[in-house]
Amino acid sequence: MRISKESHTSHISQRYNEELEDIRSHLLEMGGLVEKQIQDAIQSLIDGDTRLASEVRQRDKQVNRLQLELDEQCTQILARRQPAASDLRLVLAVIRATSDLERMGDEASKIARATLLLAEEGHSPRGYIEARHLGAHVRQMVQDALNAFARFDTSQALAVLREDDNVDLEYRSATRALVTFMMEDPRSISKVMNIMWVLRSLERVGDHASNLAEIVIYLVEGQDVRYTKTEKIEAAISQHTRLGTRTDEDLEG
Amino acid sequence: MNKFSDTSSSSSRRPLHRQMPDITQEKVCIQVQDFSLFYGKVPALQQVNLDIPCQRVTAFIGPSGCGKSSLIRTFNRMNDLVENASHQGRILIDGEDIHARGVDVPDLRRRVGMVFQKPNPFPKSIYENVAYGLRVQGINNKRLLDETIEWALRSAALWDETRDRLHESALELSGGQQQRLVIARTIAVKPEILLLDEPASSLDPISTLKIEELIHELKNRFTIVIVTHNMQQAARVSDYTAFMYMGEVVEFDNTERLFTNPAHKQTEDYITGRYG
Repeated sequence: MRISKESHTSHISQRYNEELEDIRSHLLEMGGLVEKQIQDAIQSLIDGDTRLASEVRQRDKQVNRLQLELDEQCTQILARRQPAASDLRLVLAVIRATSDLERMGDEASKIARATLLLAEEGHSPRGYIEARHLGAHVRQMVQDALNAFARFDTSQALAVLREDDNVDLEYRSATRALVTFMMEDPRSISKVMNIMWVLRSLERVGDHASNLAEIVIYLVEGQDVRYTKTEKIEAAISQHTRLGTRTDEDLEG
Repeated sequence: MNKFSDTSSSSSRRPLHRQMPDITQEKVCIQVQDFSLFYGKVPALQQVNLDIPCQRVTAFIGPSGCGKSSLIRTFNRMNDLVENASHQGRILIDGEDIHARGVDVPDLRRRVGMVFQKPNPFPKSIYENVAYGLRVQGINNKRLLDETIEWALRSAALWDETRDRLHESALELSGGQQQRLVIARTIAVKPEILLLDEPASSLDPISTLKIEELIHELKNRFTIVIVTHNMQQAARVSDYTAFMYMGEVVEFDNTERLFTNPAHKQTEDYITGRYG
């Protein structure tokens, strides 16, 4: 059964309502922090701001702590409430989402480290524009995925999944350009490589945002759409909406 | 508002129990066809349709008074004993209408055994409790009795605890042991179907787990239908689950699907403990 974000507020046990609401809002809080980490990391790279980069590195501990807290809350709910159906899916979704968010945090931290390395070794002659573009792109994906989670909005989640293909294209063309540049100017390799790792991190952030989007679809629709082509997910969900029927068969194969 | 978030319109178009499990691979044991049951003029079951597969565990869940006990009681015609109970529709077991004229009701009840909520051993020895149904069938051969009783007690996971005290009173057993004894007594006459009406609700958690383990063991040999208030129990022991509400089957599906992604809002509300 398709659910909405109000679905978790009508239990006979008021306490249970609060616990579920708690993990949901806690997750969005963690999402907000990770989003800021990504933004600050990209900003520190563009501006060569080492102080901001150090802050990002520091704040990563906070992200990790939030993950531990959320996992503990989820464990408690599983142990005490034995959630079923949409409640169970919410708890599982939160557990899965925290691990993706935590990894996005790690990628932000890696980007901040690149900022610090570039400040030490001297700036790269190329790649900042590519990093800024790709950075803006994936940051939007993260934001959209988190909004989809907050609103239980599968159409926005689908939009995130579609966007990931564009990010991959952009990543490939940026790396191709930088490789060409390095072949022409081998002395720049060590500096440009730092930017290459940044692009790689950003592309990974996009993948994690896609995972978040898949988690939203699982939460709302009850369909596990991992390892499924985006077109198939789209077809299955729109058919579900049209007919109100299950779509397992559509997702198979 | 986006086009995907409209939840109300699609559900109103759904037929009432559109979710039928995929049992095309299964051999059907009990077929309930348009079955309605009345106590006087009060309807207890309304137009129930259900195919229960052979050698699987099928659980009935639902709030008190939803008709789940009434339904399993019809499977061995226990409702014949209720004054002013009447019915419409058919129930077929192995393709034969159990309400047809000429059906031998005692034989039906041998084929369709039943265990109740409260253990009800007879005030006799453990041995005689299990032997009872066999003696009623006219079996008095001591060796045959001994063999069958050992088989039944072993099947009910009670042999090791009782082998040295078979001739002591059954009433000295613990509640959980008494319930397993009643199950042994029921299976001693080799029924095809085992109906369990809240078999563990008066037992402690350990005895409950033993009964659940037993259900798991027995399902290779019997078709088991269990009524339970304990949803986790239904989720643990059954292959298929039917959710009933106000005398109707709201949803019948594979247990794994019903407990992770039910199709119907009433099912969702019930299994997650929401206001109905």
